[in-house]
This record gives sequence, structure tokens and C-alpha cells, in this order.
Amino acid sequence: MSYLMIFITAIFVNNIVLSQFLGICPFLGVSKKISTAAGMGGAVTFVMVLSTIVTYIIYHAVLLPYNLNFMITVTFILVIASLVQMVEIILKKMSPLLYQALGIFLPLITTNCTVLGVSLLVIQKDFDLAHAVCFALANALGFTLAIVLFAGLRERLALVNLPKAVQGAPIALITAGLLSMAFMGFSGIGN
Amino acid sequence: MNKTGFENFTRGIVKENPIFVMLLGMCPTLGVTTSALNGLGMGAATLFVLLLSNCAISLVKNLIPNQVRIPCFIVIAATFVTVVDLLMSAYLPTLHAALGIFIPLIVVNCLILGRAEAFASKNNVFQSALDALGMGLGFTIALTLLGLVREILGSGSAFGFSFVQEGAETMLMFIMPPGAFLALAGLIVVFNQLRGTDK
Repeated sequence: MSYLMIFITAIFVNNIVLSQFLGICPFLGVSKKISTAAGMGGAVTFVMVLSTIVTYIIYHAVLLPYNLNFMITVTFILVIASLVQMVEIILKKMSPLLYQALGIFLPLITTNCTVLGVSLLVIQKDFDLAHAVCFALANALGFTLAIVLFAGLRERLALVNLPKAVQGAPIALITAGLLSMAFMGFSGIGN
Repeated sequence: MNKTGFENFTRGIVKENPIFVMLLGMCPTLGVTTSALNGLGMGAATLFVLLLSNCAISLVKNLIPNQVRIPCFIVIAATFVTVVDLLMSAYLPTLHAALGIFIPLIVVNCLILGRAEAFASKNNVFQSALDALGMGLGFTIALTLLGLVREILGSGSAFGFSFVQEGAETMLMFIMPPGAFLALAGLIVVFNQLRGTDK
């Protein structure tokens, strides 16, 4: 699979949020403002690429040679948890503003299924390291695109008068459904 | 069963239903519920992990230093997820294939970590088990319901039993990604309405 195709498929055709349903929690939780959504996207991109590289190397250098395949879930989640902690410390030091904006959501990247999901998918799809990095970056960009678009829609929706039962989660889900429908227009490309 | 025990059990089913009220664990909810059976299977797997991890965490809560509790909780959950993963691939290979990547991803289901942090790390084993059972059941019911709605609308069957003619036109959209969002939104609206009139 060519690098360009990986990007197009991961961002538009099989968008990680809108058609694979990974990372729905931050997608619904951190999408009230475009700026925070973009910050979250940036944080996820950074963590995802880094953790994919690290988990890929650990899988091929440690787990495979010693026949420890069954430890994959435990190992990967530990690596990701410590990586997130590290990113948090670095961000706190380097960019307090962004750190403030993301607040409690940074530690939540640990339980963001996109990061673990992409690390596992890379192993499942048997990519080499270059393709793996490319795949991680493409999926992270797909996540960022989806969450920023969604935040834009929600900023407008906040001004609308809605029936009480539809307020909050339901209208967010309906919006996400419509967005997902729009992305379905890309399906078929690259097959 | 005393009152608080009963309360801990029922709270997860309606009042604080993880899906309809708290919106926890949305990824598997939307990702695997293309049929009622998949929803039920995912719910059962999550219930199992939640029950075991809640009990284990509640047993060792005094041994875990406060600063590193989250990584500890995650490792405990990951261990049980591995158990479920291996058991399912051995005994239920079809379901295992259908749920795919969402089985290892149970470990990052916010529901597991959320209950560990909010309940199991503060209460005894028995109450934690009740809490896990209630939350797990609430989750399973919600997933099965969502799966059922999507399966009926999208492929005209329920639990694999088809009740439309072969080749009949069904609302295919409901088993595709957008349908997941819309069906869940619909269910939450209905749930909100019912809960609102109950009060």
C-alpha cells in the first residue's frame, strides 16, 4: 500500500472516529470549542505517533522473540500510560497555556482508545516501521479533522433552542451521525 | 440484602446507566452493536472484566500508593482483559472475530477505570462486586438494546432470526456507522423522556 493511499484511507474513507468508532469519548467530551478540540488533536497526534513507534519496537524486539504475544495488551497499555505521563510533564513545562486548556483531558489520553487501537492495528496489519508511523500519523490527523469539524458544528448548535430531551448528548450524537454520513461519501475510494 | 447494597446494585441499571446517562464506554457501544448478539457478547465480556477488576482493586486498594493508582488499576484491568481475550478466542471464535479489536480495547473502556476510581478504590469487596454487577448489567442491557434496534431496522432480523423476505429492502444505514450515532441518540431521547416522567 502506498503512503499516499494510507493517508487518504485513514483520514477520509475509514476515519478512525466516524467509521471505526475509536476515540468517541474525547470526541464527545472535548469538542465544545474549536481551540480546545485542536489542542486535543495535537496532543493525540503527538502521543499516537510516539507510542506507535515505541510499542512497535517493543513488540518486535521483546514480545515476538520471547514468545510473549499474549502480554500484548498489558505491555502496550503500560507503555502508553507512561508516555502520556511524560508528555504531560513536558507540556506543563514547555507550554503552560496549552496545558491549562487541555486540563484534565491529557491524562485521559491514556484511556483514549485511538492510541491503543492504532498500536494494535499496526501489529495486526503487519506493517513495517515506516508504514506504521505513516498509519499512526494519518489516523491522528483523521481524528483531529473529525474533532475540529465536530467542534465547529457544536459551537453553532450551542445557540439553538432545543427540546429538553434532545439537549446535550442526543443532539451531539445526531450531529456526529450526520458528519459520519457526510464522510460516507468518500467510501469506495482506494478499493 | 441491606438497603445500600441494593442501591449500589440497581444504581447502574437505570439511575446512572453507563451508556444512557453517563456516556461512558462509547467506543464499543457504537462499534460492535451491528447486531443484538454482538452487543450482548460485548456486554458480557465487559461485565466479566468489570466484576473481576472491581473485586481485585477493592482487595488491594490499601496496598497501592495513591500516586501510582491509575497505572495499577489499568494493569489489573489489562490482565483480566487478556484472560477474556484468550478464553473467547478458544471457546467463542466467531464472536471473537466479530468483536475484533474491541476486545483488547475493553481495557481502555472508561467504564472500567471510572468504576475503579469512583467506587472500588473506596469500598469493600462485596459492595464493589454489587456495583460492578449493576453497572455491567446496565451496560449489557444498553448494548443489547442498541444492537437489537440496529439489527431490526438495518437487516430485518433479531438475534440472527430474520423476519423479512430474502432480498427485502431494509434500512441498511442503521448497520452502517451513521446509524449507530442516530440509533443511540434516539434511544437516549426515549430514555430521557421515560426517566423524566417517572420522577
